[in-house]
Amino acid sequence: MVMIDLKRIIKAGFVNFARSGIISWAAVLVVTITLSVITTIILLNAVLHSSLNQIKDKVDVTIYFVVDAPEIKINSLKESLEDLPEVEKVSYVSAEEALKLFRSRHENDYPTIAALDEINSNPLGGYLNVKAREVSQYESIANFLKGDSALVLGSTSIIDKVNYNQNKIVIDRLNNIISGAQRLGFLITLILIIISIIITFNTIRLAIFISKEEIGVMRLVGASKSRVSGPFMVEGAIYGIIATILTLIIFWPVTVYLGNKMTNFLGLNMYDYYVSNLFQISMIILLSGVILSMISSFIATRKYLNK
Amino acid sequence: MIYFNNVSKVYNKKSVKDSVVLDDITLTITSGEFVSIVGHSGAGKTTLVKMILGDEVPTKGTVFFESINIFKIKNNELTKLRRRIGVVFQDFKLLNNKTAYENIAFAMEAVGKTNEEIESDVPHVLELVDLSAKMFHFPNQMSGGEQQRLAIARAIINQPELIIADEPTGNLDAINTYEIVQILKKINDLGTTVILTTHNRGVIDSIGKRVITMEKGKIIRDDKDGKYTV
Repeated sequence: MVMIDLKRIIKAGFVNFARSGIISWAAVLVVTITLSVITTIILLNAVLHSSLNQIKDKVDVTIYFVVDAPEIKINSLKESLEDLPEVEKVSYVSAEEALKLFRSRHENDYPTIAALDEINSNPLGGYLNVKAREVSQYESIANFLKGDSALVLGSTSIIDKVNYNQNKIVIDRLNNIISGAQRLGFLITLILIIISIIITFNTIRLAIFISKEEIGVMRLVGASKSRVSGPFMVEGAIYGIIATILTLIIFWPVTVYLGNKMTNFLGLNMYDYYVSNLFQISMIILLSGVILSMISSFIATRKYLNK
Repeated sequence: MIYFNNVSKVYNKKSVKDSVVLDDITLTITSGEFVSIVGHSGAGKTTLVKMILGDEVPTKGTVFFESINIFKIKNNELTKLRRRIGVVFQDFKLLNNKTAYENIAFAMEAVGKTNEEIESDVPHVLELVDLSAKMFHFPNQMSGGEQQRLAIARAIINQPELIIADEPTGNLDAINTYEIVQILKKINDLGTTVILTTHNRGVIDSIGKRVITMEKGKIIRDDKDGKYTV
C-alpha cells in the first residue's frame, strides 16, 4: 500500500507540475535565479582563493647568512625550519649559487661585474628562502630564528639579516587584507544565500497559496496529510531538478566567455575550473535546489493542512 | 447516529450578543434519516454541519458521530471519520486542476482503494450521475449542474454512512435543482443518511421528510414530515 501511495504521490506531483503551467515555470525561474546566485558565489570564491593564493605565493622570508657561515650550521637550520609545522618549503641557495645568480642578473652591468672581478673573492653569503603555509605564520618563524642559539658562531650570529623585519609592514597589511577579504566574502555569501532562500520560499508559498482551497477540499474528502502535501513536495523536487539543469546550461557559455576573455584579469581560467569541478558544482546546486524547494513546499502546505 | 449536546458557538467573545452562531443546540439524527435544515442566511446551518466534519469547533457542548466525540479525537482519526462522510457544497469544492475522473479517483485513493477498484467504479458512478461524456473534462469546462452532480458522485463513491449536502442547489437553476434533489432522495432510499441544508422552499416541500428550522443559532421547529415555514 505504501508503494502504491508513493507512486500516486509522485505521479500527482508530475501531473500538477505540468498542469500548473506558468506558475510552475515561474517557480522554476526563481529557483534557477537562486541556484545561479549559489553558482556565482562558488565561482567567485574560486577567483578569490586563487587570487589570495597568488598573493600569498609572492610572500616569503629570506634569511641571509654571513659570508663565512659554515654549511653544516645552515643545513641544520634548514632541517629544523622544515620541522616547523608552519613552514611549507625551505630552499637553500649556497654562496656560490648566489654569486652565479648575481652575475647572471648583472651580466650587462659592466662596472658591477668589473668590481666583483676586482675583489677576487665571493662577497656574498648563502641564503634560505622560507615559505610559510599561511601569511600570518611568518612572525612565529621570525621569532623562532631569534631564539635559536645554535645560530651563534663564536660571539656573532651566522645570520647576516632576515628580511622579515623589512617586509613586516607589507606582510601584516597583506595578512589583514586577506583575512578581511575572506570575512567579507563569507558575509556576502551568507547574505546572498539568505536573500535567495527567502525569495524562493515566498515564491513557492505563493504557488501553494493558490492551491489553498484545494488543500482544504482534499482534507475534507479524507485525504491524509502526506497524501496532500506529498505531490507538492514532488513538485518542489521537480522545480529543483529543472532549475539545476537550467543553471548548469546557463553557466556553460558564461564560463566559456570568462575563460576566453578574462583569464588574465581573474587569474584563473573559469571554464577549466567549471568543467573540472562540474560534478561537485552540480551536486551542490542540485541538493540546494531540491532540498530548498521541498522544504519550502512542506512548510507552505503544513500551514493549510491542520484543518 | 449524530448527537449534538448543548452545542454553542460564539465567534467573538467581546461582543457576545452579536456573534452567537449556535445557541445551545441539542439534536439527534438517526441512521437512515433524510433531514433538511432550513433557515435564513446566518441562521447557523452551515456551522452546524461543519461541526459534524470537525471543521468548526464548538465553544461549548459536544458533538458525537455514533460513539466518537468528534472534538476529542486525534487528527488522523478525524481523517478516518471524514472518509465515512460524503460532502456536497454550494460552491462544489471540486479540485479544479483534476478532471472529473480524477476528482472521484482522488476520493477513492484517499481511502486506500486499489487501482482496479478505481478503474471499475469511477466510470460507473459517473454514469449514475449522467456525466459519462464529461469524464475527462475539467470542472471549469462543465456547467454548474454538472459540477454539482460530479460533487455528488464524489460524495457517494466510497459508500459513506452519511451525506452532508450544504446548500447544494444554491447555485443551480430549477431543472438542475430538481435533478440534484432526486439523486439525494435516491441515495437516501438506498439507506444512506442525508443531511441537507437549504433555503429553497420548493426543495423542502418536494421532499416531505424531517425538517429542522433554525433562526439566530437556535432550533425553533423540528417537524417529522415538515414543510418550509420560515
